[in-house]
Amino acid sequence: MVETAAMILPHEGNAAGTGVVTITPAAFASRLSIRARAEAVAPLSRALGVKLPDAPKTSAKSRNGKRTALWLGPDEWLVIDEAGADLMAPCAKVKQLHAAVDISHRNVALIVSGKGAEAALKAGCPQNLSLEAFPVGACSRTMLGKVEVVLVRDDAETFRVEHWRSFSDYVFGFLAEAIRDPVI
Amino acid sequence: MSGANRIAGAGRLTPARKVRFMFDGEIYTGLEGDTLASALLANGVHLMGRSFKYHRPRGVLGAGSEEPNALMDISRDSARRQPNVRATVQEVFEGMRAGSQNRWPSLAFDVGAVNDMLSPMFAAGFYYKTFMWPKVAWQKLYEPFIRGAAGLGVAPDEPDPDHYSSRYEHVDVLVVGAGVAGLSAALAAAMSGASVILCDEQAGAGGALRYDTDVTIDGDNGYDWAQNTAAKLTAMDNVRVLTRTTAFGYYAQNFVALCERVTDHLSDPHPDLPRERLWQVRAQKVVLATGAIERHMVFADNDRPGIMLASAARAYLNHYGVAVGSKVGVYTANDSAYAAAFDLARAGVSVPAIVDTRDAPGEGLLSTAADLGIDVMTASAVVGAKGRRRISSMTVEGGRGKTQIPVDALITSAGWTPAVHLYSQSRGKVVWDPETERFLPGDNVQASVSVGGCNGVTGLQETVDEAIAAGRSAALGAGKSKRLSLRIEAAGAIDWSGGMSGSARGAGADSTAKTFVDFQNDVTAKDIRLAVREGMHSIEHVKRFTTNGMASDQGKTSNIHGLAIAAESLGRQMPEVGLTTFRPPYTPVTYGAIVNHSRGKLFDPARKTFSHAWSTKQGAVFEDVGNWKRAWYFPRAGEDMHAAVSRECKTVRETAGVFDASTLGKIEVVGPDAAKFLDLIYTNGWQKLAPGRCKYGIMLREDGFIYDDGVVARMAEDRFHVTTTTGGAPRVLNHMEDYLQTEFPDLDVWLTSTTEQWAVIAVQGPKARDIIAPLVEGIDLSNDAMPHMSVREGKICGAPTRLFRVSFTGEPGYEINVPAHYGQAVLEAVWKQAEPLGACAYGTETMHVLRAEKGFIIVGQDTDGTVTPHDAGLGWAIAKSKPDFVGIRGLKRPDLVAGGRKQLVGLKTKNPETVLEEGAQIVADPNQPTPMTMLGHVTSSYWSPNCGRSIAMALVAGGQDRMGDTLYVPMPDRTIEVEVTGMVFFDEKGERVNG
Repeated sequence: MVETAAMILPHEGNAAGTGVVTITPAAFASRLSIRARAEAVAPLSRALGVKLPDAPKTSAKSRNGKRTALWLGPDEWLVIDEAGADLMAPCAKVKQLHAAVDISHRNVALIVSGKGAEAALKAGCPQNLSLEAFPVGACSRTMLGKVEVVLVRDDAETFRVEHWRSFSDYVFGFLAEAIRDPVI
Repeated sequence: MSGANRIAGAGRLTPARKVRFMFDGEIYTGLEGDTLASALLANGVHLMGRSFKYHRPRGVLGAGSEEPNALMDISRDSARRQPNVRATVQEVFEGMRAGSQNRWPSLAFDVGAVNDMLSPMFAAGFYYKTFMWPKVAWQKLYEPFIRGAAGLGVAPDEPDPDHYSSRYEHVDVLVVGAGVAGLSAALAAAMSGASVILCDEQAGAGGALRYDTDVTIDGDNGYDWAQNTAAKLTAMDNVRVLTRTTAFGYYAQNFVALCERVTDHLSDPHPDLPRERLWQVRAQKVVLATGAIERHMVFADNDRPGIMLASAARAYLNHYGVAVGSKVGVYTANDSAYAAAFDLARAGVSVPAIVDTRDAPGEGLLSTAADLGIDVMTASAVVGAKGRRRISSMTVEGGRGKTQIPVDALITSAGWTPAVHLYSQSRGKVVWDPETERFLPGDNVQASVSVGGCNGVTGLQETVDEAIAAGRSAALGAGKSKRLSLRIEAAGAIDWSGGMSGSARGAGADSTAKTFVDFQNDVTAKDIRLAVREGMHSIEHVKRFTTNGMASDQGKTSNIHGLAIAAESLGRQMPEVGLTTFRPPYTPVTYGAIVNHSRGKLFDPARKTFSHAWSTKQGAVFEDVGNWKRAWYFPRAGEDMHAAVSRECKTVRETAGVFDASTLGKIEVVGPDAAKFLDLIYTNGWQKLAPGRCKYGIMLREDGFIYDDGVVARMAEDRFHVTTTTGGAPRVLNHMEDYLQTEFPDLDVWLTSTTEQWAVIAVQGPKARDIIAPLVEGIDLSNDAMPHMSVREGKICGAPTRLFRVSFTGEPGYEINVPAHYGQAVLEAVWKQAEPLGACAYGTETMHVLRAEKGFIIVGQDTDGTVTPHDAGLGWAIAKSKPDFVGIRGLKRPDLVAGGRKQLVGLKTKNPETVLEEGAQIVADPNQPTPMTMLGHVTSSYWSPNCGRSIAMALVAGGQDRMGDTLYVPMPDRTIEVEVTGMVFFDEKGERVNG
């Protein structure tokens, strides 16, 4: 009998912190890339139990708070389910034209949290990340240093940094280096 | 005592806080807060460097970043060393080592000073003329000699152990300069509710208030007001005050780069502190409050050590408590130098004379001078200075004839040049103000405003009022409109108006004296006149011919003088001659600051696949493929690369091999029009491909040349799993997305990158099925049920899989796709099956050899962007019946259908042991005299263990018609004979893959 394969996430063991900021790996989550036109948004939202937002740089959460839908483009969303639920199945029932692709293993995430979280990200992200311009719930596909990331602000002092798994060493290394700078 | 020239009670430094440092091997004592320049002056050291070209002894000219002379090599230890640091900016710290530059063997006796004697040879532009013949000597002799003799410091030769930090910021208002104008503007903006960054290159706020002690603001001494205001701003949540921070570049959309020097003034900085921090600030509004820079007087031998700007002497006295001399002469063309003279006299320094070019100085100055016992010589000029390593006397010409006055320092002021550098960098065009004879900021091109000295404002209260208005307006513009009632009362400042530009009396066109315009680049008035005589009529040409205003100095003190002299020589007005453009950086910036975090492991992301840890454990040697780290080969004990690759190649064909193919690009193409879209992107047809089947596809660019290739699987009617080359992954997705959005927007199809979703484990070889069979659930692996070029979904080790039956080796094989986090566990399970059967792990090198044995091309290695499918022998992959696809018209171009094109063929060396060099050229006649007619080149070449000989692929003109011909590959040491063959070297019939 063959053993069932275990998941190994690339950020295992990657943790760093200072008195004002911590970097921790996010637990496994399932993720879906959704591409759709306007007419499919409402049925997809119903099927997924989370509203696919229509405003740029915004996200929405499901009622239990475990599922988040991120606006990435006029016809593109990233849905993250922290409980790891199957996201393909509910979409398969939606008749309206759309494309759903499972990317649960393409992305991984780091959680950057604390008073110094914003400053740590500002070491490599050229966007305006002030609470005013990038409030709680804001999200954006942007750059961190030399790589593409998707940033979500979970609360005033907590960011989720989504990125492709092969860039894990770089993203963690960059943030670990950035937080050495005490100025926040 | 921290130097004999320190005046008790003068300055703001604390006498008890002593700092010891070394200069040119000698230990000196300074005070905390001293710059290297002030500390050396306190110790009576004026000779601080040798000039760039003539090696003339030079002292310090200024007291700030405008300093052109006193450039030093500063170090903490052998690795932490930086050349060309301005002694006027570098603060002393305990243990600092400073060294003068551009001298040998010593600063006092410098052999290169012979250049001063030979100066007629080194006139402006000399290297364009003197050293042109013979041509070869320029590179071998003249240039190395000139570069060695001229020049500044020596670059450090050890890796920099410091680290550097970076920060992006967005603010409502960025204020550059924390003098009275900048502080007032920042205060007004901040109190209106705006977010503000206020930066200043000095160690503290104050600007001109550091030396202008006559100023009173809101009842306080000006300098104290500045410190209190800076403290008040620092305490506000919406303000960040950055000192020791130079705004060095003003770029598009109000993007301003600041460099903060964090530890360069500390003797023992905390290791976590970055040495410098690069701030990249996007501001809604930029308030430029950069002040003005004093100009020196241009007269004969005006570069003697001890001759400096009047404002600098005042700063040394009033801030650092240092007298720049004991007998200080003054030479001026405006009123501001009088204040310096008066301060020096009041501090007990002898001021034998103020030499003023004007007939009458400003109101009240003559009587104050008389009170202090200072002789004012009006309508007079300093026409010479004596003293080689330090000025000993000045020669004055005027109403009283020619007199020589002994001095040990001479302070000069020709007037003030508004510091419009950042405004100019913002692409603003300066405008000539004929009334005050200055270039001032014109229209603002970006959202910026100039206030105070840099805007030509000379009155203090006027400066404050203008700055408050600008700060308030900047805040309002950013939507911040808290009620503001701010009134700052200021009085008592020096008058910054008036002055002269160009050469002074006795330094006119008939003079042969050395009258320096640009100290850093050793440019004299004569050089500029020569440039005009040589036909340089544009200031841009004059600049390049003479180097006036170039290099790290960017003409801070020299530009206006140079321009005035050129204008005079041309008989034109200054604005007609124009001003050169100021370029970033304002002052030099270290590479460390620019690169900041992006060094070492963070220089370029190293992408690792799921198998990295496993491959490392298996002893893999990795190679870089783009950003990826890929296992190259897996040497076993005692094996070199050749032995390991040979073993891997044979093992795969005899038994099986396991390979990580994860880096191949993957794109999920989803939608009812997916097949239609692929029909347009690839040369072959996709409509008839059944779900569960795979096909090799080629895509072209519009010009008909091969762009990428790969296997495409149809997962469902409306879903394809596309693979691309490793290197092509991002650009192929962009290429597809581009066409989808711009050419085929009517298609119902979407693209998603899934490169990293899937771990891909290739199991190739006769035993491949035996290896994976025990692990797979729900898929019939039999040849009939799952033939070559098919795909099935099921489970492997309990994980979902897309199992491909594909082969890049010519052997029967599978590519197991599993969600990436399962990759390592599945690979370990596969290996547990594979190893006992005698299979091996193999890397990219073996993959390359095996595919070459089968004649499979690698796009980018065997193609170079000028190869069509026909050239590559892949004409069969072009669908004949399709009405359209990207590249269909390109393929019909006359050049692409003409005969004689370079075509991909196989090559076999006549001696089977000889392995060709990739890139080697191929000729038909090895005896043809050079230049020979080259027919093409070798694209791939390997030792093939399975063929027992060398094999190669090559692009050869008309190659497909040369089968069996003998061609030649000339190498430096021999000529290699080769035979043109087909590209398939192993299993020509291709039967093994179905086994």
